[in-house]
Amino acid sequence: MIARLLLALAALFLVAFLLSPESFAALFQPLTKNGAPPIYTQTALLSLTLSHLGLVALAVLASTIVAVGLGVLVTRPAGAEFLPLARVITSVGQTFPPVAVLALAVPAMGFGAGPTLVALFLYGLLPIFENTLTALQNLPPSVTEAARGMGLTRRQRLFQVELPLALPVILAGVRLTAVISLATATIGSTVAARTLGEVIIAGLLSANTAFVVQGGLIVGLIAVLIYEGFQLAESAAARRTGQRLSD
Amino acid sequence: MIRIQNLTKTYDRNTVVNDVSLTVDQGQIAALVGTSGSGKTTLLRMINRLVEPTSGQIHIGETDAATIPPHLLRRRIGYAIQGHGLFPHYTVGQNIAIVPQLLGWKPAEIAARVEELLHLFQLDPGQFRDRMPHQLSGGQQQRVGVARALAARPEVLLMDEPFGALDPVIRARAQADLREIQRRLGTTLVIVTHDMEEAVTLGDRIAVMDKGVLLQYGPPAEILTRPAAPFVEALIGKSERPFRLLSLTPIADIAEPGSAEGPALPPETSLRDALAECLWNGRDRLAVEGGGVVTLAALQARAEGAVR
Amino acid sequence: MNDPVRSPDITTSLPPQIRPPKTRSQPGFSRTGLLFLALGVAGLCLPLVQFKANRIVLGEGFLLPAALPDVGWAIALLLALILGTALWQRLPLMPRLGLALLGLAGTVLALGFAAKGLVPQGNTIARAAPAAGFWLLCLTFALMAADALSRMGLSRPARWLALGLSLALIALCLGSGVLDQTSVMVEYAARADLFRRSLGQHLTLAFGSLAMALVVGLPIGIAIFLTPALRRGVLGALNLLQTIPSLALFGIMIPIFGWIAANVPGAAQIGVAGIGIFPALMALFFYALLPVVSNTLVGLTAVDPAVRDAAFGLGLTRRQVLLQAELPLALSVILAAVRIVLVQNIGLAVIAGLIGGGGFGSFVFQGLNQTAMDLILLGALPTIMLALVAGVALDLLVEAVSPKKGNQT
Ligand SMILES: Nc1ncnc2c1ncn2[C@@H]1O[C@H](COP(=O)(O)OP(=O)(O)O)[C@@H](O)[C@H]1O
Ligand SMILES: [Mg+2]
Repeated sequence: MIARLLLALAALFLVAFLLSPESFAALFQPLTKNGAPPIYTQTALLSLTLSHLGLVALAVLASTIVAVGLGVLVTRPAGAEFLPLARVITSVGQTFPPVAVLALAVPAMGFGAGPTLVALFLYGLLPIFENTLTALQNLPPSVTEAARGMGLTRRQRLFQVELPLALPVILAGVRLTAVISLATATIGSTVAARTLGEVIIAGLLSANTAFVVQGGLIVGLIAVLIYEGFQLAESAAARRTGQRLSD
Repeated sequence: MIRIQNLTKTYDRNTVVNDVSLTVDQGQIAALVGTSGSGKTTLLRMINRLVEPTSGQIHIGETDAATIPPHLLRRRIGYAIQGHGLFPHYTVGQNIAIVPQLLGWKPAEIAARVEELLHLFQLDPGQFRDRMPHQLSGGQQQRVGVARALAARPEVLLMDEPFGALDPVIRARAQADLREIQRRLGTTLVIVTHDMEEAVTLGDRIAVMDKGVLLQYGPPAEILTRPAAPFVEALIGKSERPFRLLSLTPIADIAEPGSAEGPALPPETSLRDALAECLWNGRDRLAVEGGGVVTLAALQARAEGAVR
Repeated sequence: MNDPVRSPDITTSLPPQIRPPKTRSQPGFSRTGLLFLALGVAGLCLPLVQFKANRIVLGEGFLLPAALPDVGWAIALLLALILGTALWQRLPLMPRLGLALLGLAGTVLALGFAAKGLVPQGNTIARAAPAAGFWLLCLTFALMAADALSRMGLSRPARWLALGLSLALIALCLGSGVLDQTSVMVEYAARADLFRRSLGQHLTLAFGSLAMALVVGLPIGIAIFLTPALRRGVLGALNLLQTIPSLALFGIMIPIFGWIAANVPGAAQIGVAGIGIFPALMALFFYALLPVVSNTLVGLTAVDPAVRDAAFGLGLTRRQVLLQAELPLALSVILAAVRIVLVQNIGLAVIAGLIGGGGFGSFVFQGLNQTAMDLILLGALPTIMLALVAGVALDLLVEAVSPKKGNQT
C-alpha cells in the first residue's frame, strides 16, 4: 500500500518536473557551483524524455517481435535443429557488454539514433528470447496434451494455449530488456542519439552535478515505473491462470 | 464402435505395442489394465492419433481413422487425462466450449450445451461457469475435464487414468457418476487404468496388457475366473479374486424368497458389500428391499471362481 | 531490479546430449549448415578489408580475392568448401570443429596478409581495417565451432582445456605478428604502453569493485539472513541504486567523493578522490552490491531446513552452523553472483572512460570522439574478450561447486 503510494508520488513528481522543470530550480540549486544553471535548458527535458522513450520503445518492440518469433520457431519441430545454436548465441551474447555493442554499432551504422537503436535491439533480443524459450519449453504437459487431444491445430495451440500461458514469463523478459535498454540508451548520447544521456553528459562536461542528477533522476524514475508496471501486468497475467510468480 | 486390428507401435527398435487387435462395441466400456510401461497409454493415444501407429488399422464406427486429418479425427473423439489438462487461462465454461467452438457450433447452442453438461456433472452453472480452473477442487476439476471431453457429443470417449489424482472417496463417486453418465449417453468408452479394482468396477470388458502385448480381452468375470496367463492372475491378486468376482453382481440377481431380520439392503448392492455386511454383523441372511433374502451360503457359492 | 540468481550459463545450460531434432521431413542436409553457408557466402561477397589513406577517412573495400593477389582465390575457395561441409549432416563433430577452426584461422590469416600487402612499406598513415566480410566470416566460423562444441557435451575438464586452448590460439595469433599491419594492431602498436595501463585499470575496476562488494556485501547478506526484519529495507535501497543509469551514477560519484576527499580528514590519504579511477570504482561497487547481497540471502535461505536442523541437533552453535553448514552450501549461489557482477562490471567499466577513470573505455570514447573506428575496436574488442572469458570461466567454477543435480547421463 505504502509502496503504491510512493509510486504514485514518483509518477506525479516525474510528470510535474517534465512539464515545468523551472519550478524545481530551487531543488537543484544546491548542486550547482559558481552560478551555473540548475536546470538543463539546451533542449526541453520533456522532448528529450520523449525521444529517449521513443527510441527505447521502438527497440524493445522490435526485439520483442523478433525474439518471440525466434523463440516460437526453435520450439517448433521445423526449427528444433536451431535450438542448440540459439542457446549458445543467447548465453554468449548476454556476456557482451551493452556499451561495447553500442560502440561497435557505430562503425557499421555511423552516428545518430541508428546505432543506438541497433545496439538496443540486438542486446534486447537476448532476455526476451531466453524467457520465451524457457516458457514455451516448460508449459504444463497435461494442458498441451489435452489441447492436442481435443483437435486444436498447431496454429490454434500456439495462439490459444502456448503463447497465452507463456505470457507472464515472456513479459518478465520484456521487462528486463526495457529496463536495461532504458539505461543503455543514455550512453547513446555519446554517439549523438537524442536521449536523456545528453543532460548527464552536459553535466559531466561542465562539472554541473545538477544536470547529472536530474538526468539520472528522470531515467531512474522511469525505470522504476516501467519495472513496476510490467510486474503488475505479469502478476495479473499469472494470477488469471492461478500461477504464482516465483520472482 | 472401435475396431482395432493388428496395431503395432515401434520406437527405434523398441516395440511398445505389439500386434494388438480388439473391438469395443457401441456403448460399451473397455478398460485397459496393465503395469506401468505396458503400453496402455500408447495404445490409447493411437486411437485418436496422438501417436501414429507403425502398422495396423483403427476404425471408429465405419471410418478408417487413418483417412481423416488427425485434428479433425480428434474433434470427433472425447479425450480426458489424468490431471485433467484444463486450460488454466480459460473459465470452466470456455473450457467446456473448446471443441464445440472448433466445430463451429452457434454461440447459443454452445451456451446451452455448457449449461446442460454442468447440470449433468452436478456443478451449478451460475456458480461454476465463470470460475477459473484453479478455483475448483480436484474432484470438480476432474468433472469439468470429463464434461469438456463430452461436450461435442463424441461417439467415442478416451480416458487415460482420469481418476489417478483423486483421493479414494472422491474417486469412487467419480467412477459411479461416470458409469451412470456413460450409460445414459451411450458413449463408447476406452479407459486406461493400472488399478484392477477400477477396471472391474467400470469395464464391460477388460483388456490386460503386458510388455505391449494384449494378454486377454474379455468380460470381468472371465478375466477373474479364467485368467489366460500367470501375469493376468498376478495382476488380479490371489487374495482379491473372490471379492472382485462378488463385486460384479448385485444382490437382486441371487435373492431368494424368504425373510430376515435387520434393515433391508437396496437391490443394487453388490454381493461383495452384502458379504461384508454378513461377516461384520455375524448374520447368515440379509433382507433385500422389496422382499426376499440373500444367504451367506449363496454368497459363498458365487465366490467360488474355480468351479464355474 | 535485475533478478539476482539468473546466471545465463555459457556452456552449462546445454543438455549434455542434444536429442536428435524431431523434424517431420528430414531434408537430408543440415539446416543450421544452410544458415552457416548463407552467412559465410555473404561474408565472402562483402569486402574483407578496407583500405584507408588515413585513419579517419572512408576507405575502399577489397573482396578476399582482390585483397590477396596471388592466393586470394584459393583461400576464398577453401573457405567456401569449409562452409559447404556444414551442410553435411553426418559429419562427426570433431572434424566439424576442426574445419570451423581452420576456417577461422584462414580468415584471420587472409586479413593479416591482405593488410601487409595493401599498406605500402613504411607508410604509417594508411590503414587496412577489417571490413564487414571479415566480421561476418569470423562470426560464421565461430558459430560453427560453438555449435559443434555445444553438441559435443564436453566434460568440465575438457571445457577448461578448450577455454585455455582458445586463449592460447588468440595469443599466438596476436603475438606472431601476422596481424601487425591491420588497423587495430597499428593503433595498438602506437600505444602499447597505454594499452597495458588501460588493461590494468580495467581489471582493477572490475575485480576491485567485485572484491569490495564481497567484503561489504557478504556480511550484509548474512545480517539480513539472520535478521529478516532488515531485508525489505536493505534490498529496497540496493534495488533503487540499480535503477540509476550508469552514466549518472558515475557522474554523481565525482562530486560526492571529491567533497569527501576535501572535507573528511584522512580520506584523501587513503586514496579517496573525486577524480581518476576512484569514483568509477565506487560506482561499480554500488552496482555490485545488490547481486552479492541478494544471492547471499537466497543461497542461505535455500539451504535445506533438514540440514540446518541436523546441525543444530548435533549441538553446533549459530556461528558454527553458519560457517560449517550454511555458507558452504550457499557457495554456488554466491559464486553465481560473482559471475554476474564480474561480467556486468567488465562491461560497465567502459563508462569509466567517459569520466576519466581509465580502462578500455578511454579508447572507446576517444575513438567515438575522433570517429576513429580502429580505436573504438581497440577498446571494445578486449572488453568483450574479458567479459566472455570471465563468463565461461565462472560458469565452470559455479558448476564445479554446485551440488550435483542428479547424474547427467
Ligand atoms: N515417445 C516415445 N519414445 C520412446 N519410447 C516411448 C515413447 N512413449 C512411450 N514409450 C515407451 O513405451 C512404453 C510404454 O509406455 P506407455 O504406453 O506410456 O505405458 P503405460 O501407459 O502402460 O504406462 C514405455 O516403456 C515407454 O518408455
Ligand atoms: Mg500411462
